Amino acid sequence: MYNPFSLSGKTILVTGASSGIGKATAIECSKLGANVIITGRSRERLNETFSELESEGHTQVIADLCETNSLQKLVSEIKSIDGIVHSAGITKNIPFQFATIDKLSEVMNLNFFAPTELTRLLVKSKKINKGGSIVFISSVSGVLCSAPASSVYSASKGALNGLIKGIALDLAPRGIRVNSVIPGVVETNIFEDGVISEEQLEENKRMYPLKRFGKPNEIAHGVIYLLSDASAWVTGSNLLIDGGLTLQ
Amino acid sequence: MELQEFITNFASQFEETDPSVFTKDTIFKDLDEWSSLLALSVSAMAEEEYGVSFKGDDIRNASTVEDLYMILKNKL
Repeated sequence: MYNPFSLSGKTILVTGASSGIGKATAIECSKLGANVIITGRSRERLNETFSELESEGHTQVIADLCETNSLQKLVSEIKSIDGIVHSAGITKNIPFQFATIDKLSEVMNLNFFAPTELTRLLVKSKKINKGGSIVFISSVSGVLCSAPASSVYSASKGALNGLIKGIALDLAPRGIRVNSVIPGVVETNIFEDGVISEEQLEENKRMYPLKRFGKPNEIAHGVIYLLSDASAWVTGSNLLIDGGLTLQ
Repeated sequence: MELQEFITNFASQFEETDPSVFTKDTIFKDLDEWSSLLALSVSAMAEEEYGVSFKGDDIRNASTVEDLYMILKNKL
């Protein structure tokens, strides 16, 4: 069957695969024929994702991407891959006057330094195949807009935005493409422990012309486009998936 | 942690509202300046000063400054 978005024969590494966008992406990748390597911190939750992957041949690796040893172990377990999806990340709602270097570091470590270093180690060890595709889950926040109490989060995604363009140039001679998806708010459990109330979330939804937050699968499908050969001439770009949020 | 100190810390999150307005009985959500951003500031203050943070529901369930103080005290 004709399918330009097929991932058949490709091996894809997905970070942050135990929940949200990472989980949805890993599952969708497996449905489109990829061999998936999933990683996350929680054994239990990663196992849940693993059990939902379609067909055989997948791998799971427990790793804390902020720890050097853990990161190196992950890289050493990977032989060769055709794609990376960086979806491990945290949100942080903190008014700027409380944004100490400690708070900033916590967010930058996971949202910026960890994916940067993981990519660097994989590139340096030549484990990414020619024709490979690297996809960062970034955000509209920090690239096109921000929100109250989001300076720290926006800064981490803004840093990724610059990084992506630079890496795209450096890896173009190797035939490796580098892009990001920039979603608006997606319904994931990332908000479950937050200080944001249900009422506030309902109010936020009304800011979207399409009147709701995104679903993890709706982001995963954008990621799949960027992983597949359908996007073979796309590099250094940000794919906007935001329910119209940034139109007005 | 004392109530008076908490009231002072709470009041210092506000820019427009005079600190003298604040007592333990102040119904803070009725203040003109109250906003979701201020709720986040109050939560961040609690974390910075007392090492515990409020959830969205904690702030929603509180009516007066003292209510919030009691919720915080129970978390310590």
